[in-house]
Amino acid sequence: MNQDRIREARSLWAEAWRRLRRNRLAMVCLAVISLYLALGLLGFVPVRQRQGAGEAATVRRIDLVDWAFLKLVGPTDREESYVPPLTGRHLLGTDIMGTDVLYKAVKGVRTAVVLGGLTAAIYIPLGLLFGIVAGYFGGLVDDLIVYVYSTLACVPGILLLIALMSVMGKGLVQLCLAMGVTSWVGLCRLIRGETLKLRESDYVLAARAVGAGRARIILRHILPNLFHIVIISFTLGFSGIVLSEAVLSYIGVGVEATTISWGTMISMARMEVSRDPSVWWHLAGGAAALFVLVLALNVFGDALRDALDPRLRVE
Amino acid sequence: MLAYVIRRTLYTVPLVLGVCLFTFLLFNAVFSPRALAIQELGQHAEDEAIRDLIHKRGWDKGVVFNKQAEGLRKLTDTRFVDHMQKLLLFRFGRTQKTHEDINRKILLGMVPSLTLTVPIFIMGLLLGISLSLFVAYFRATYLDLGAVAVCVGFMSISILVYIIVGQLLLAQHMRLFPVYGYAGGIHAGRFLLLPVLIALLKGLGGDVRFYRTILLEQIGQDYVRTARAKGLGERVILFKHVLKNAMIPVLTRTVLAIPFLFLGSLLLENFFGIPGLGNMTVEAAANGDTQVMAAMVYLGALLFALGNLLTDISYTLADPRIRLR
Repeated sequence: MNQDRIREARSLWAEAWRRLRRNRLAMVCLAVISLYLALGLLGFVPVRQRQGAGEAATVRRIDLVDWAFLKLVGPTDREESYVPPLTGRHLLGTDIMGTDVLYKAVKGVRTAVVLGGLTAAIYIPLGLLFGIVAGYFGGLVDDLIVYVYSTLACVPGILLLIALMSVMGKGLVQLCLAMGVTSWVGLCRLIRGETLKLRESDYVLAARAVGAGRARIILRHILPNLFHIVIISFTLGFSGIVLSEAVLSYIGVGVEATTISWGTMISMARMEVSRDPSVWWHLAGGAAALFVLVLALNVFGDALRDALDPRLRVE
Repeated sequence: MLAYVIRRTLYTVPLVLGVCLFTFLLFNAVFSPRALAIQELGQHAEDEAIRDLIHKRGWDKGVVFNKQAEGLRKLTDTRFVDHMQKLLLFRFGRTQKTHEDINRKILLGMVPSLTLTVPIFIMGLLLGISLSLFVAYFRATYLDLGAVAVCVGFMSISILVYIIVGQLLLAQHMRLFPVYGYAGGIHAGRFLLLPVLIALLKGLGGDVRFYRTILLEQIGQDYVRTARAKGLGERVILFKHVLKNAMIPVLTRTVLAIPFLFLGSLLLENFFGIPGLGNMTVEAAANGDTQVMAAMVYLGALLFALGNLLTDISYTLADPRIRLR
């Protein structure tokens, strides 16, 4: 009987995956998120394109998304500004420059993926490092780290973002830096709390009793038990990151106006919707691409949290 | 109680000083004095004018150590001390482009901001709690499920979309509200209706979902089972027992939001031309006005600290079991 129980036991991750898989809605959302990720990554695949013929031919490097739209829709034509949706080759219509709206929406995925990825690459290591150090070592280091993040947390998030961006100037990389600075605080707080608890747990005490060193305890016993917090906070934080990009780009402290993002699409479209007749498809294209991703992230993030650690629900 | 309030206030002193230091590092240490002066005077300013301005503003002094000064003034007559003094004593100085008094601008901007945010806050709270009570009453039915789905959907729409679509459909096409502008006194209401409506719609999704989670958590507690066992009706349980006990988490969210009402709403004020602090912040960010930004960041932090204090005090009023120590 005991043997059966042991065979049934699954790891935390296997158990969470089993629960997630039964949640059909969460699986649909995961599929949507994967589709977005795939589209975003396609934007990084370089393609060499030959222009002209014979001796005068030049080779241009473009990405796979550019190439696909060039083949399927054709080059951008300035004569075709404000073509309504479903006319000719433009499925979602065009903007003032004659650029295909579907093309812009798909290019926006790449910007969102860069934004989420780079921001995560900044704030997750920061939050993990400071959270573990503060929680595990305590004392003066803990006081210092708590002081620094409490100070940062005093400034309302959006105000801090605007302040940082107005100093660093517009741009995708700057935006990722600013969001990294504002995002690590929340993660650090969670990680510190969990580390404090894990430090006193029986299995860490047991490891210490058999003579495991600090590094071994932190890397082998504490760190793996913090990853679920990182994954949950990243999934739920990603939607906040893309939503903030739209707001900041509208205010004029987000990405450059030449960068194609959902935020720049929405701010460009603001004036167009009040034209007569209204050019609504540019706004709708950007807003819908943003909405679907954020919705999928919210629903999947909630399901993930319920599967991995329902205690995090009350915050 | 008074001792507690004083002690809590003292706790926030290092935090406020930290925020001042942060704004100093962010806005003063990053730019050279020359860059700041050019920002104020324009690209084509003459060298002499730039030098004059740098001297007038005290930007030629050392950052933390002034070699030219005498005695103790070597440490006190510095850019760092100037900056800290300015913020801590609420002497924010003048805006960079138009040379307006920032203190005056903030005082004037607070009124339109409050006329916008206070109605949003009160109506949002009442609507959020009543709707979530309604949803909690029908928990685990299709109505509940549908409500949660609608809430998550509402939360996933960008605030920009709410504003643009609201302005386009309700103000421009249906002509129910003015599109843009603001007037003082009683006429303000006409201009504020649409922004308030949009903010309520935007906030409702998150609020209802949050309150519902809290209510359902309370409904699962033992005292609810006891109340049901002794024959109380569902309505009495929900409104009298559950709602009272759910007040603590509700208070945290609500009281913390009160001080921020003074800061106004960045986007709503900008879109609808309401001359409040939110609009001022957006303009400062667009113009790169570091003086205004520093003042707003500092004010925001102060209000946050105040909100935290108010939250702790309100706990004891809501729950006699919590003692202040």
